[in-house]
Amino acid sequence: MEESSVQQAHVHAPPEGFLRKYVFSLDHKMIGKQYFGLALAAVFTGMVLSWLMRIHMVWPLAKIPGLDLISKAGAPGGIITPEYYLSLMTMHGTLMVFFVLTNAPFAAFGNYFLPIQIGAEDMAFPRFNMMSFWTTFVAWAVLMLAFFIPDGPPISGWTSYAPLSAVGKDAGPGMEYGMSLWGISIALFCIGSLLGALNFIATTLDLRAKGMTLMRMPLSTWAWFITSCIALLAFAVLLPACILLILDRHAGTSFFIPAGLVISDRMQPHSGGSPLLWQHLFWFFGHPEVYIAILPSMGIVSHILINSMRKPLLSHKVVIYSMMSIGFLSYTVWGHHMFLSGMNPTSALAFSFPTLTITIPATVLTLMWLGSLYGARIQINSASLFALGFISMFVSGGVSGFFLAQPSIDIYLHATYFVVGHFHMVMGVASLFGVFAATYFWFPKMSGRMMNETLGKLHFWITFIGTYCIFMPFHYLGLIGNVRRYQSFVDDFMQPYIGWHKFITICALITGAGQLIFLFNLIYSRFKGEPAPQNPWNATSLEWTIPSPPPWNNFGDKHPVVYHDPYQYGVKGSKGDFVMQDSPEQVIVSGD
Amino acid sequence: MSSTIATPVNSQAQALPQAKRRSAHSVALARQAERASRSGIWVGLFAITMSFAAFSSALFVRQGTMDWTHIVLPSVLYLNTLILLASSATLEVARRSLTATSRVGSNAARKASVWVTLTLLLGLAFCAGQFAAWRDLRAQGIYLATNPNSSFFYVLTFIHALHVFAGIAALVYLAGRLTASRSTFRRSLFENTAIYWHFMAVLWAYLFLLCLMKL
Repeated sequence: MEESSVQQAHVHAPPEGFLRKYVFSLDHKMIGKQYFGLALAAVFTGMVLSWLMRIHMVWPLAKIPGLDLISKAGAPGGIITPEYYLSLMTMHGTLMVFFVLTNAPFAAFGNYFLPIQIGAEDMAFPRFNMMSFWTTFVAWAVLMLAFFIPDGPPISGWTSYAPLSAVGKDAGPGMEYGMSLWGISIALFCIGSLLGALNFIATTLDLRAKGMTLMRMPLSTWAWFITSCIALLAFAVLLPACILLILDRHAGTSFFIPAGLVISDRMQPHSGGSPLLWQHLFWFFGHPEVYIAILPSMGIVSHILINSMRKPLLSHKVVIYSMMSIGFLSYTVWGHHMFLSGMNPTSALAFSFPTLTITIPATVLTLMWLGSLYGARIQINSASLFALGFISMFVSGGVSGFFLAQPSIDIYLHATYFVVGHFHMVMGVASLFGVFAATYFWFPKMSGRMMNETLGKLHFWITFIGTYCIFMPFHYLGLIGNVRRYQSFVDDFMQPYIGWHKFITICALITGAGQLIFLFNLIYSRFKGEPAPQNPWNATSLEWTIPSPPPWNNFGDKHPVVYHDPYQYGVKGSKGDFVMQDSPEQVIVSGD
Repeated sequence: MSSTIATPVNSQAQALPQAKRRSAHSVALARQAERASRSGIWVGLFAITMSFAAFSSALFVRQGTMDWTHIVLPSVLYLNTLILLASSATLEVARRSLTATSRVGSNAARKASVWVTLTLLLGLAFCAGQFAAWRDLRAQGIYLATNPNSSFFYVLTFIHALHVFAGIAALVYLAGRLTASRSTFRRSLFENTAIYWHFMAVLWAYLFLLCLMKL
């Protein structure tokens, strides 16, 4: 391979025109912001849906003004029907898991900061990057369309278990066209995510700046890289599952529909399919998806905590290897969602073992954070508060996983509010805390302005206390025997606990309203915030070596060269207690 | 892995030290981009492998159910298999005829373009053959939803054919670049297309065996 024989890269000019700059942009930073905007729209929609569900659950006859305009059949006179409750639940889960927890921590922040943190000008394949966002956007639009068709959204839950998801309108309202839209939307989402994951992997492997060895990559970049490896395999399995589901629904095949199935007094014209097959394929994606949601937040939180503690974690490598083991093990545990599905009980044992094994790297990570925090003089600001909140949520939500991982206990707890509390804390809220931390931390870089700290801290305390008030009682309700997905309480033994549910609903309304503070802060600071310096947090990684906001080609004419590990804090540098990754100066460890 | 010069280096720009640095940097960037596209191809193939592994495992689960039967595969599939394997060989001949320094318009490039065109024709013949196989089954009254075996046959062959079409699009582009005058041509693109195309042949060989043994 001779020097002269390599083609020169064409130096591209900055994009001009509204469409090229803001809509069909090839710039990874704009695409990151687009993902962030989409996730923001999805998270507020999902939150309103959860409000409606909570209100209906404790005040079933409450009239919601305007809801009958969206769905006449689902909410006649503004009163939610039991079926519409299930529709709201399906859409809440689908929006939150796919369009928020996958898009925000991974696609949005990963797109924006992964190339910068490794010293690249852009992603490896900018056109694929644009396609991956717009495919995801169309997936979102197709899903949202389900609200506005007469059939309404599907009532299958975000897992869309076959055979009910596969038989069409006999399965209930929303299961004819709404369910089809769901299938198409998720198939499109898979394609978008696959393109994104491919881009992330190639970019990380090949576009690193000089001196940026793999072990010198910041932990956030490591987390996005590992997540993209997980996403590549997970979505590559969900896509075939969706294709088979769509064929069962529209082409008369019988992949998931068994013979002799009678639904709504009608014999289904199908033969011999396996409903368990859907569950296997779905959870082979579904469990890794949990880690797609949480791993980026783990990396982001590590990155931010180190900055606020002004010292590196106990071991950089152990954190990376723990995240890798979580990624690997995530593929061996899908059966723990199916202990009660009629699967062979021996295989339940086989799935229980790796599930409990996953707690080892997860615990190692937690100990890395806590051990490093011990004795650290942490700087408290909105970003570090949310990072600490992440650890709290991750531990509180994770501990209940020990119980659920054991088939004998899961027989009792399966499909109760215990599970709902567990995954909302460990996957939902913890991951979102990572996103909030990332937003407060990187907003100055993305917009060139600081966010308001007072509002940020207020937002943190409302969210932190609020989410505990909502999801902790879920665990107790689950232990009592409160079944999930019921729209009302038909069992007498639940009557004394309706007060608990009312408390949860009120907390959900307050906590949700608290998110408006965040939204206000985001919009207000974007236009009126204090101008941000290049490196407001005295951080070391490459994104802080360039102006805020970064120019279109990130590093301009500079070509970053990396000399150090990412976290040279607590050392004697020319600028203070830190040495930037691209600074050629030698690191002198300062003694206390 | 190496590539031919596509755009001549601007000699005037080289005289200036800063511009020289920039040009060295842009060469380094181009090399990074080539490595990235190579990784991209392998990562993409990995995802495709995973998808077909999912289809295969669905087949293995499904074959344990009551209505699993047997279909006789159309005999044209044997011919199709030979055609696709042959196309892999012709593309390899094309790939080997190009050296690191071959340019558009050179004898080597002309030779390569002939072999690429042949590959393209064989690829189209394969797709036509697959279509013939579907028609054959339909003529016997075996449709997508007739039985689980036929469902899997149509799904696997159709999705494989879709991927082959993507390869054909790349071959058309390659053939165009090789023959058009005044065009630039990157050898890495050739290499990546070849990797993809060979993979399609290997994937088909696997799918055909799977269908033979299980359907």
